[in-house]
Parts: sequence; C-alpha cells; structure tokens
Amino acid sequence: MRYLPLTDSDRGEMLSVIGAESIDDLFVDVPAEARLSGKIAGLPDHASELEVERHMAALARKNLSAGEAPFFLGAGAYRHHIPASVDHLIQRGEFLTAYTPYQPEIAQGTLQVLFEFQTQVARLLGCDVANASMYDGSTACWEAIGMARRITKRGKAVLSSGLHPHYVSVANTMAKFTGDALVHEAPSLDAATDIDALIAGIDRDTSCVVVQYPDILGRIADLTPIADAAHEAGALLVVVVTEPVALGAIKAPGDMGADIVVGEGQSIGVGLQFGGPYLGLFACKQKYVRQMPGRLCGETVDAAGKRGFVLTLSTREQHIRREKATSNICTNSGLCALAFSIHMTLLGEKGLRDLAGLNHALACQAADRLSKVPGVTLMNDSFFNEFTLILSKDAREVVRNLADKGVLGGVSLGRLFPDAPDIGHGLVVAVTETVTAEDIEAFAQALEEELA
Amino acid sequence: MTMMREGRPTTPVPVKEAHMAPATATGNRALMLEEALIFEIGSTGTTGVDFGEIPPVASRIGNLARTDSIGLPGLSEQETVRHYTRLSRQNYAIDLGLFPLGSCTMKHNPRLNEKVARMPGFADLHPLAPQSTVQGALAVIHELAQWLVTLTGMHSVAMSPKAGAHGELCGLLAIRAALEARGDARSVVLVPESAHGTNPATAAFCGYKVEDIPATPDGRVDLEALKGRLGPDVAAVMITNPNTCGLFEREMKTISDAVHAAGAFVYCDGANFNAIVGRVRPGDLGVDAMHINLHKTFSTPHGGGGPGSGPVVLSQALTPFAPLPFVERKGDQFVLVEEETAEQHHRSTFGRMVAFHGQMGMFTRALAYILSHGADGLRQVASDAVLNANYILRSLDDVLDAPFGASGPCMHEALFSDKGLAEGFTTLDIAKGLIDEGFHPMTMYFPLVVHGAMLVEPTETESKAALDQFIMALRSLAERAKAGDEALKGAPYHAPRRRLDETLAARKPVLTWADPALAQAAE
Repeated sequence: MRYLPLTDSDRGEMLSVIGAESIDDLFVDVPAEARLSGKIAGLPDHASELEVERHMAALARKNLSAGEAPFFLGAGAYRHHIPASVDHLIQRGEFLTAYTPYQPEIAQGTLQVLFEFQTQVARLLGCDVANASMYDGSTACWEAIGMARRITKRGKAVLSSGLHPHYVSVANTMAKFTGDALVHEAPSLDAATDIDALIAGIDRDTSCVVVQYPDILGRIADLTPIADAAHEAGALLVVVVTEPVALGAIKAPGDMGADIVVGEGQSIGVGLQFGGPYLGLFACKQKYVRQMPGRLCGETVDAAGKRGFVLTLSTREQHIRREKATSNICTNSGLCALAFSIHMTLLGEKGLRDLAGLNHALACQAADRLSKVPGVTLMNDSFFNEFTLILSKDAREVVRNLADKGVLGGVSLGRLFPDAPDIGHGLVVAVTETVTAEDIEAFAQALEEELA
Repeated sequence: MTMMREGRPTTPVPVKEAHMAPATATGNRALMLEEALIFEIGSTGTTGVDFGEIPPVASRIGNLARTDSIGLPGLSEQETVRHYTRLSRQNYAIDLGLFPLGSCTMKHNPRLNEKVARMPGFADLHPLAPQSTVQGALAVIHELAQWLVTLTGMHSVAMSPKAGAHGELCGLLAIRAALEARGDARSVVLVPESAHGTNPATAAFCGYKVEDIPATPDGRVDLEALKGRLGPDVAAVMITNPNTCGLFEREMKTISDAVHAAGAFVYCDGANFNAIVGRVRPGDLGVDAMHINLHKTFSTPHGGGGPGSGPVVLSQALTPFAPLPFVERKGDQFVLVEEETAEQHHRSTFGRMVAFHGQMGMFTRALAYILSHGADGLRQVASDAVLNANYILRSLDDVLDAPFGASGPCMHEALFSDKGLAEGFTTLDIAKGLIDEGFHPMTMYFPLVVHGAMLVEPTETESKAALDQFIMALRSLAERAKAGDEALKGAPYHAPRRRLDETLAARKPVLTWADPALAQAAE
C-alpha cells in the first residue's frame, strides 16, 4: 500500500523490540468478541491512484458545475473568480499539512497569517477585533447569539425576517437546548426591509437583534436606527454578512453601530465546494473580546526580543476551561482563513472596490434585463449583487426547468422557505464578476420561454 | 586561455568560533527570511488583481456607499507569492517530518486527494444547485456514508458536522432529542477526567451539567464509580476509546450495557479511531453515537487548524433524530433531504446544524483515501499505527517514565510522564528541545490525569528510519533533562523564534495591527 512505509521485515524487527509475537498481540486489550478476525466484509481492497482518480472523475462528471452554465446562484454562497496564486499558496505543504499553531516557535507562518487575517476581517467589517475564524457563517451567527446572551444576561433574540433561513434553522436547533427564545417570521416580498418591525420588537428582555446585510432577498438598509434602538434597550446589534465582497461598496456594519458582526467568508478565496468547507467570520467591539468564542492570535515578543505571534486568551477555550468555556469549538477553518487572507491581500482595497463595483454594475444590468421579461417584476429598490425577482409562477418549478435547459438560474424562495407558500413566486438571483453579458441574455431568454 | 578562478573558493576555510554566526544587517539568516506584515509592506492603492472596465450604471446602493478608507493593503502578485512563501517556511508540517502530536493523528496527506477535491465537478458546485445537477456529489456523500457505517458497524451517519467538536454537539443533540421524545428529561452528562476538553464543553453547550468520572490507577474508566453514579438523571456518558492515555477501554461493552440499563446513551469520542479502524467496530461495543474526525483517521489535511469534518455515526435508537440535511437513495437517484424535501417520517430530526451539507471538500478527500486503502489497507493502517506507537513506548521506557507501561501494550499513542527529570526540568523543556532536533513536539500536559504528560502518536505513515531518528532525539533529550543540562531550558535555539512571551500576549492583548504612527498620534 503506497502510503504505508513499513516493510514486513521492519514489522518483524519492531515486534521483537516490543517483545510481541504478532500484531494481534498488541490488540490483547480488545475483548475477543469485539475483535474482527479478518477484513471487514462488504468493502473492496485497496486501489491504485489511477483507479481511484477514474472513479472520482466519473462521479464529478455527473454534476453540472457552475463554470459550465450561465450561473446565477447565491443565497449565502457566491461564485467569484479566485486568482491562481491563492490555490497554489494554500497547497504549500507547510501551510496545508501543519497543525493548529500550539508550538509558536515553529508555527510563525500560520500565526502571522492569522494575525493579518484578524486585522483584515476587523477592518472589512468595521470592528475593533476579529477572531481566527469559525466553521461557517451559520455557526458563527449562533455563537454571536450565545455571546450576546452572556454579555446581556438576557435570553431573547429578535431575528430579522431577512436572515438566511438556514441560519435561522441552526439557531432554532441550538435554542431548543439552551432555552433561548428566538423571535422570527418569514420575509415578505417588499422592497422595504423589516427594520420598523424589528425596532418595535425590541424590549427589556432582548439580548440582541440579528440582522443580515445585505439580507436574504438582497436588500440593503441603514442599520443605524436599529443599533440605536437596541442600545437604548440595553440589547446588542448582531449583523450577519454572507457576501463580504459587498463591503467593498457599502458601509461596514461596525461603522453603523453593530456590536458583533459575523459572516460567511467563503466568497473571498474559498470557492463554492458544494457548501463546505467554508469560513466563519467573527468580529466585535474591543470591550467584548473576552466573551468571544474561538481562537485568537496575538502579538508578543520572544526570548530574544523579536516580534512574534501566539494563540492567546485561551482561558476562554475548551482545552483550558472545559465546561466553562465560551464555546466548544476547537478545530476552525484555518486553511480557508489563509485563502481568504491571500485573496484579500491580492485585491487590496483598490482591488476590492473594483471587484465590488464590477459586481454591482453587472447586477444592475442583469436586473434591468431580467425585469423586462414578461411575468417578471424586480422586487428590490436597493441591492448590491443579489436581488429578488417576483415571477408569474412558483419559482421552484422554474428553477428546475431552467436547469434542464442548462441554465443555473438562481435560488427559489420555495426551497429556502418551504413553509411560506405566499412567497413561493420569489427567485433570488446573484450576479458576480464571473457572469458575462451572454450569460445574462441566455438566462433572460430561457426565463422568457419558461414563463410564456 | 585559462579561466579566472580567483575569488571563487570552493573549499571552506576555518572560521574562529566567535565569527560562526554574526548578526546580519537584514535580520535574515540565508534561507531563513524575516517577513514584515502586509500592513507594513502593502498599500491600499496596490493590487495584484486586474479587472476589466466597470460598465457605468445608476447605483442601487442609495446613501450607503462606503466612502471612508477601509485600510486594506494590497500587494502585487509577485509580492504576494513571496510573502506567503516566506511565511510558510516558518512552519513545521507533516511534509517536513514526523509530527507526533498525540490525539491529533498527523499522518501523511496524499496529494491525489487534493487533486480529486479540486475537480470542477466537485469544487465548483453551488450547495443550492438543483438536485438533478448534483447527482454525482450526492453519490459521493452517500458512498462515503456507507463506508463509514460499515467500518464502524453502526446504523447510520450524520454527515453535516463541521469538525470533531461539532460532531460531539450533533451526538449530544441527538441523544437529547431521543430522551425528550420519550418524555425523559435528564440533566447530567458523565465525562471521564481524561477526556478531551471539547467533551465537557460540548455537554455544557447543550445545557447539560457535567460530572467527572474518575480513572483507575491503570489509566481506564473506573467502572464501579461509573455504575455507582448512573441514575435517572444521567443522559449520557461520553467516553473516548481508545482513551487519551492510549489504552483500549477493555470494559467498554460492560460500560455500554450498564449505561443502557440505566436508560442513558453512550457517546464515544472517535478522535482515536485510527487505532482500531478495520479491526474493531464501535457498533459492536454498544456505542450510540461517535464522531469521526475525517481530518485525523481519514487524512484530510489539518491546514494549520482546520477545516476539519466530523461525521457522526449513530445507533438505530438515535437514527430518527439525525440532523438535516442528509442524502437518501431512491432507486437510481439520490435525494438531498432538507426542509423542502423532508417527508413525514423525517420529522423527528432535531433540526439543522449548519447552513449547507457539511464539508464536501473533505468528503471527496476522505473517500479517495478510503478507496485507496480499501478494507485490507485500512486494517493495515490500524496495525501499523499501533505497532509504531508500541515501538516508541518500548524503545524509550528505560529513560522516560511510562505511567501505564506495565499494564500492557498501548494503542496508537505512547504516554510518558515527567517523573524522573531533574529538579526544575519539565515536559515543556523536552518539547522545546525536540524543536531544535527537527521534530514537532508531542502533545504536552494532556491527558490531565498524568503529571507532565507527553503523548506521542507517530501514526502509521512513518518509516522505521524516521521512528529511529525520533527515538534517538527523544532519548538524548530525556538524558539531558535527567542530567540537569541547563541549556535545555533555553530551547529552542534554532527555530524561527525562541520561546515566546505568552503571558504578555494575554495580559496586554494585541489582536490586530495598528499603524504605530497613528497609534502614537492618538495618545
């Protein structure tokens, strides 16, 4: 077996050093009835690299990948072009095959990257500090709700109807077990967000208000009034960003008064990957840093006085605090954070603003073209690179039929909100720099045929 | 014509000792290059990405345009490649050498798996793409799930958890849902003292009270103490098997039977599954739920701290409560069961744990790994992992104290303590000494039940020559620590950094970079 370096003669020599007759002797503590005498039944034996590659390639070919079709899906995962050097650099073995940097003297590469990543994320989100990443946006969102509970010692979170429904589901799953009360409704197909209703829903029991920006329907609204209302009531504002590229064009949540900003970092550097691994972003105001979940990297000096970096404030974490930890998270998304950071370094502020500008311009063009299709109405007044179309029939069927025509034409609200049939005619469409004018035209024509 | 050869000496000349390592003007040391932060070398106007012309449009952003500077520096492509390449060289990695971090299973990461994960048919798929367009991806999830179920002898597997600790959460949520479904509210989870920190943290995270179970002097769960504590308030027992002392819990089946008799469930921390894969099925030991760290046993890369992947295998009793989404086969089609597609018989699910379907990029890698090894290769994995650990244990137990060495062979990791080191010398000194010897240190001070623990997990992908060199290095360090060699307390000397001041970092946290000029102006 090509990955196993021991030879039979090595094994024999080693057994004699150990003083054992056979490998089976080393498993003497396993009760006989639990020991398998031979290979597990029902599974094939080892295979060559070529055979495995062939098998996997055959499965890969059964999928219609985003690059093969006019592609307009978003709703929490975005397709952006990733510069070639990003994937090259994250495959450096020293990054790819390293462990969590618990031995800082020989992990300065990873640690400096995390320090730079934390700074990039904090600046992008408009916050004082950011951690070294979470699993994904949805788990980061739940962790933010938990953090708000610890800070305010209150247990009611008011969730915007514009929050990604899967994020709401994750929070609902957890809240059943922690006892948090979550207030949430499905969105309605209006150009205006639910900001007024949210403000009306804040009371003295509220730990936090959770708002997505841009929201699940692509709408953007000034968050300052919600921040003010939340703070007035002693609650926190948690803002969720699922498309961080937007923050190259629109105001940062932290600059509008958000206390905790979490996000899905996938759209910068990470790629679609059918949903994972992704990258949870987590940032907050300096005063809340000791209530943060997850790993933090900090600057220090070594014995010779040189600047260096270490994991720090670990007394918040499970390996020190056990059941009193701020979270049970251990492994995070280090390599995805590296990809994000490299891509962001390549972009720089100029590149990020250009990227955001290009996304917005193409989205405006697509919105204009698609809303000319008979049976299509553009719901949004405001949007960044994603908007909602109201179709003349249920969007689920439309999406499936478009796929049969080779067009990946958005995400239906029926799939996202199966319990809210009144918004089933909504279709969420994302337009990034990877979309061409031809793609927009192909989508418009296919949609026209489908709605005719 | 003769070539000019002066000035090109090819023979080293003797150098006075004092001149061996003079300081350099740059701080660089030949191939060891210092690298500044991107905030110190980049600028907000520099970019390494070109975009085409942006078409003029009427903005739909309203009055929300971000006009202030964001403060994100950019670098050209060349500078970017150099920055990260230089940084990478300050990391130790499996690709460089043995990485004996106990409980972490740092084995070789085959590159075929990287290639497979990057096939556009997997890497360039949107999680919400219509199901008819992702049948191959769903087939991967289904095929991997079948392997995991077969290898563990369990009933089903929840694929969506993102890492080991997230898998623990999944298992405990399933247990809690199962208990609530039978109207049985229970409040306590029992966890052995030797457990990973994530176990008690997870139990607390789902609202349980955590109680410790003591260990016996031979390093295993105290069965009598456990039995004595079981009662109607206990929801689950979380056990690691093989345990964190590197030992197989011989009484596992008896423990499971006792736990079940008391109406509770058995959660097994599967972090150490590498020791038994292909040789023992946890399902045969009465386990109800166990997470599998694909980034350990199934070799998906650790990536400097993730991403991981933690599918959870479940017993028949817990299967109805598995989280959404999951993949089911219907004839020749695969169906992703999620909120929209869930049928009545799926309604007992405890809900959703993540936005999408789990770590697809890890599933493709793990499946390629499993297919490469096959049933025979995976059995060999456990055999060689255990052989390598016992070889280290028996090659060093004359110079290092092996607290459970007398109780028989270890599993995949060898545990030593700091007993016998000279006054003032610690496990930390040995660990830092290993850095100078060119190895990543072992896991230090874990498990907590052993004083100054050193937990060494070589894994099966190390050759005998690599093990012998590691043994020689550790033997030398043990001898120096026993002899009181003061120089060891200053180690490492040859790493990119000397010992770092972690106390300072925690006392005055500097978590983001601030421009020193601006920071000074603000004061």
